[in-house]
Amino acid sequence: MALFVLRRLGVMLLTALCLTFVVFFLTNLAPNLEKLAKTQGNARMSDAEVLSWLDRNGYGGPLLVRYGEWLGVMPGWTRLDEPTGEWRGRCLAPGQTPDEAPRRCGLLQGDFGFSTVSDAEVAAIIPERLRLTGILMFWAFAVMVPSALLVGVLAGMREGSRLDRALSTVSIGSTATPEYVSGVIFIVLLASSTTGISPLLSELGWIEGRTLFLGSARSAMDSGVTFWNFTLPVMTIALYGMGYIARMTRASMAEVMTAQYIRTARLKGVSFRNIVLKHALRNALIAPFTVIMLQFPWLLTGVVIVETLFNYNGFGWTLVQAASNNDIELLLACSIVAVFVVLVTQLISDIGYVFLNPRIRIS
Amino acid sequence: MENLTWSGELGAVLNPVLALSVLVFAAGFVANFVMTLAGMRAGEMVVNPDHTLSLRRTPVDYALMAMKYAVLVFVLGCAGYVVGGVLMGGPERTGILGAMAARLLPVWVGLIAVFALSITFKRRLGLYGKLFDSPIGMVGFFLVMFWVFTAIFAGTVATHGPIDVISQMRNELPGTALPDPREGQYAWYLLGGDNLGRDVFSRMVYGAFEVLKIAPLATLFAFMVGITLGLPAGYYGGRLDTVITFLANLVLAFPVILLFYLLVTPEIVAAGIPNYLSMVLFLFPVLFLVVLFNSRYRTQPGLRNVIVAAVVAVGGLSYLSLISDPSDPDLPLLFRLWPEALDLFDIPGNLLIVFVSVVFVNSPTVFRIVRGLVLDIKTRDYVAAGQTRGEGPWYIMLWEILPNARGPLIVDFCLRIGYTTILLGTLGFFGLGVSPESPDWGSTINEGRRLLTIYPHPALPPALALMSLVLGLNLLADGLREESLKD
Repeated sequence: MALFVLRRLGVMLLTALCLTFVVFFLTNLAPNLEKLAKTQGNARMSDAEVLSWLDRNGYGGPLLVRYGEWLGVMPGWTRLDEPTGEWRGRCLAPGQTPDEAPRRCGLLQGDFGFSTVSDAEVAAIIPERLRLTGILMFWAFAVMVPSALLVGVLAGMREGSRLDRALSTVSIGSTATPEYVSGVIFIVLLASSTTGISPLLSELGWIEGRTLFLGSARSAMDSGVTFWNFTLPVMTIALYGMGYIARMTRASMAEVMTAQYIRTARLKGVSFRNIVLKHALRNALIAPFTVIMLQFPWLLTGVVIVETLFNYNGFGWTLVQAASNNDIELLLACSIVAVFVVLVTQLISDIGYVFLNPRIRIS
Repeated sequence: MENLTWSGELGAVLNPVLALSVLVFAAGFVANFVMTLAGMRAGEMVVNPDHTLSLRRTPVDYALMAMKYAVLVFVLGCAGYVVGGVLMGGPERTGILGAMAARLLPVWVGLIAVFALSITFKRRLGLYGKLFDSPIGMVGFFLVMFWVFTAIFAGTVATHGPIDVISQMRNELPGTALPDPREGQYAWYLLGGDNLGRDVFSRMVYGAFEVLKIAPLATLFAFMVGITLGLPAGYYGGRLDTVITFLANLVLAFPVILLFYLLVTPEIVAAGIPNYLSMVLFLFPVLFLVVLFNSRYRTQPGLRNVIVAAVVAVGGLSYLSLISDPSDPDLPLLFRLWPEALDLFDIPGNLLIVFVSVVFVNSPTVFRIVRGLVLDIKTRDYVAAGQTRGEGPWYIMLWEILPNARGPLIVDFCLRIGYTTILLGTLGFFGLGVSPESPDWGSTINEGRRLLTIYPHPALPPALALMSLVLGLNLLADGLREESLKD
């Protein structure tokens, strides 16, 4: 087991290295750097000026060396600015000389770099954004997982029954509704003051405000999460993921219900309710565990869409902003976090599967 | 010209019918729910002493029957709108719904023809024919074919051009009449105007064409890439498998949205990355076809040479035409080498990029599915028999293993077209789509969402269209899976 985890960790590390290098390579392509120089320096720079700006600010060296600097395995660049006599460098605070500053500063030293667009340390931006997204994800999971498991178990306990067909169709429908569709429909139906049910309800005096829910989650960021401003984003994320988990649970439940020990229990005269709750449920929930874990990376795309749609400045929103403004170091940090989440959930799902299913042994 | 109402004269008859059917359905559902909770069960067959069977109906049965007939009446009511819209003529009389149904006439004709032919000959049509035994599959097929025919007949169905702007019609509600229609111009915006004054209905219809132009083809390419890599990885195993699986996992671990942003932004495009990707990815279909025919006709060298030469010529020419565009000076030199005279067609830059990114994102998943299937199938006896006969490895992979993996692959193909549609929509939603003016559904939703709470009508039709197409594909896949498992 320890060897398995170690090997997986090795592969994970390799994957993370490859992926960050790809992101680094793509964000550091010549046209990207030119754009960066023009936005940071002067929009009307000539090609030669762009080159000298890049050189002055440490974007001039070979790609691999700069990747090494970013990782923290290569010493950061330093250069003496001729006219002013001041030292500049990757690891240098203004006014420092190379002797006073640390030689290496990169990911390994815990330095994520500087966000050129928001003009702040990346390490200061990311945790706050992650906290906001964490809240959203927590509620999305809290809604999605129980309802998906319930739907899946109810559908799978009597395969082919009317209940099964109805619930299966519902879950197919939910997998066919991407976030940007369900979000739009939810907003129109529940959060618009001109259409949907809100005008009706507010005319009847059943709701206080003008709309049943709020079509923007912006207020949830500072004044706290309420039922009013957070229901729609959470529902939108939960709906798309729900169908898939429910279908997997249903398949797993249906398989368990045909097992020999369930038949034995039936022949012994155990009631249907007890068969489902005591004999089938535990075994049927092993497979969905893996699915739920692997759902995390999928949710990331959903989070990005939902945060954009509902104006919630979490991690996904930051990723979009960083990518569209070519904020290199912020984007790299975002991709590290994203890749980390993907790989760790994969690892957890593998290890968890072994723990939950005693028939599987890794040697 | 008067503005149109939703249902026109038809509404006087059909609206109460529809409302009633909905009410009956709801009542039946509630009654059924309550009775089932109270422990009542549907009636069961009883064997009488004289060996006849009798079925005693319980209240649950009646509730179910009411629900069934309510659904039937609802469907008939909707059909009434279609028939009324087509026959009564004149949008003033039939309202928006009828007018849309009348515009969609070629689609209805096509659907009726396809369903009539398929149901008549369903016993001779293999898996496709069996689809018509499953109600779920039929509904899915109906939805998919509806959009396919809409895409095919987009030119006749649409009332206006996709980018025709009438500035007075900005954000106008559905059914608004044009201020001063020219001769021969359709006098209404059936589903209203968007924020620039374009017809929402026509854009939705052209959007179907945009989406169905890319999604199935991109999925097909992804399948060819996935199959070409997955077969040897599963069959040979070993180091080859390890390397390809690692690469596939690498792409899969990449958040899709980040990948899109990285591939589709103008700076990356200027550096030519998507062109290099297309150079690699589009090689696979040609390779696939060459290997496919080569392995089949290896024993008849004469025929083999002719077929392979033809495939190489046609495939190679289209491959080179596809990836190179000598007229575009922004491209790296490599893509301008191919002479202009032999460059059969050019794909507009953005379309190629979107296409390539979608193929790139989809192929690792296909690879994993194919690899898994091959790992399972290669232990079968007929594979061993092929090996004993001395068949080449590629013959066994492509002509023994692949045909026997077709069931799951066809099902996944349907699902994956739906997923690709969602991906294309995501791209459009983030403004990374084919072009800002493109009527594809994702871009239209993106434009409509800005004023969503005030003017919901521009964003809603494309959203519902996308949903129904993907739902149709999912139901179709479900029906196919069910039917293919039956034998």
